[in-house]
Amino acid sequence: MSSIGTGYDLSASQFSPDGRVFQVEYAMKAVENSGTVIGLRGKDGVVLAAEKLVMSKLHEPGTNKRIFNVDRHVGMAFSGLIADARQIVDIARREAANYRSQYGVSIPLNYLNDRVSMYMHAYTLYSAVRPYGCSVILASCGEEGPTMYTIDPSGVSYGYHGCAIGKAKQSAKTEIEKLKLSGMTCRELVKEAAKIIYLVHDELKDKNFELELSWMCEESGGRHEKVPEHVFLEAEKAAKQAMEADSDSDTEDM
Amino acid sequence: MFDAAGNPPPFWHNGPTPGGLYNFPGPKTAPSDFRQHSQAPVTTATSIVAMQYNKGVIIAGDLLGSYGSLARYRNCPRIMKVNDNIILGAGGDYADFQYVKDIIEQKIIDEDCLDDGFKLKPKSLYCWLTRIMYNRRSKFDPFWNNFVVGGLQDGEPFLGTVDKLGTAYTDKIVCSGYGAYIAVPLLREALEKNPTPSKAEARALVEKCMEVLYYRDARSYPKYQIATIDEADGAVVEDLVSVNQNWSLAHMIY
Repeated sequence: MSSIGTGYDLSASQFSPDGRVFQVEYAMKAVENSGTVIGLRGKDGVVLAAEKLVMSKLHEPGTNKRIFNVDRHVGMAFSGLIADARQIVDIARREAANYRSQYGVSIPLNYLNDRVSMYMHAYTLYSAVRPYGCSVILASCGEEGPTMYTIDPSGVSYGYHGCAIGKAKQSAKTEIEKLKLSGMTCRELVKEAAKIIYLVHDELKDKNFELELSWMCEESGGRHEKVPEHVFLEAEKAAKQAMEADSDSDTEDM
Repeated sequence: MFDAAGNPPPFWHNGPTPGGLYNFPGPKTAPSDFRQHSQAPVTTATSIVAMQYNKGVIIAGDLLGSYGSLARYRNCPRIMKVNDNIILGAGGDYADFQYVKDIIEQKIIDEDCLDDGFKLKPKSLYCWLTRIMYNRRSKFDPFWNNFVVGGLQDGEPFLGTVDKLGTAYTDKIVCSGYGAYIAVPLLREALEKNPTPSKAEARALVEKCMEVLYYRDARSYPKYQIATIDEADGAVVEDLVSVNQNWSLAHMIY
């Protein structure tokens, strides 16, 4: 960021001479400081997984969740500033509720994605506001099959088979690319997601984290919900074993 | 300038009094021969029959939507499962029921979104219904319904009802509409003999009441729904129970 301090980064409503909007780029930096969140879309549903960094041992487990329900069939996971993300979640919920009251059916994800990304984009246009310091993954499993989108602080959104946001998004993406996503079931994906989160977690920089897993598939009745206790424990166990096996082979190499 | 009594002249003539509204000359155009359709039901459903049994609650209501005395719509389900704790039945104006139903469904979705493990309980829904019904009757624009709330709270069966005036009570037997005259005495008599009927006994009783109501109530229909809620089977809404019709006596009646 060579242009820092040149005065073009003071407002989201002003370009720099080389065509960048610095406030938006800073917002993306805020996302990169936050724990990794991934979304995997398989043949029968979508799995969301979050690495929730625990800043203090005094925190109660299970608080400050990073994966939310937006509607029965829609889930949202975020990376970035939690307070900003909660507002996005609230907006998405209102959109979903409003659509349901107007049309009597649940909101299609592409429409919800459009609305939420337009909303986030609006906050990159004016000097009086700052962009949202979070990226979100929106996922659903409805009549149109499993779908997933990611929205950036810039308001840009893409549909994905597998995506990652947050601290270790690069290494997580590399891991996701190794999977044959379109042929996998949610049961398999849950384990892979847990493994990836454990793998990309940086023990040296961040000591404690909590794993969050949610899914939407046939087994959950098309609803977005936390994975059941036994599935969660199984996935967490598999992830820990994979990590141990990994570190064992590392020491052998040495 | 000053009149004979020494009073000063008015500030202006023919205008509104200061702070008042101007009254335009000419005939008043407010309609006086209108009918307020919001204050009378249009498409109506008839009785609800409900009772507690030893460990649960049963609610029944037929599928007819009447247009006055015309049997207009023959598939108007009006028994709903609210959540795992609550079942709800409604009689009266069908559009009002659908409106309230949509609100309740959105309440349940909002609650699911919070994902805090708490579920709406029957007493809470019952109380909330008394509030909206009383609120609307106080505006002289009531929801033209009888609601019957059944459910389980702290392991105990709950059965309560609210009418269009906001009058509410809980009882072991609740019947609305014509059923209040025809079915209540039948149920009371049965309950006097057997104060804690089993599920099967309660079901047989309710089916008997629906049969009698079908013969006696000119706004009834032989196809109806039964919902039950208890700890063993949870909340279940069964579609399309039919009255076993027997018209062999009919030729003897003139």
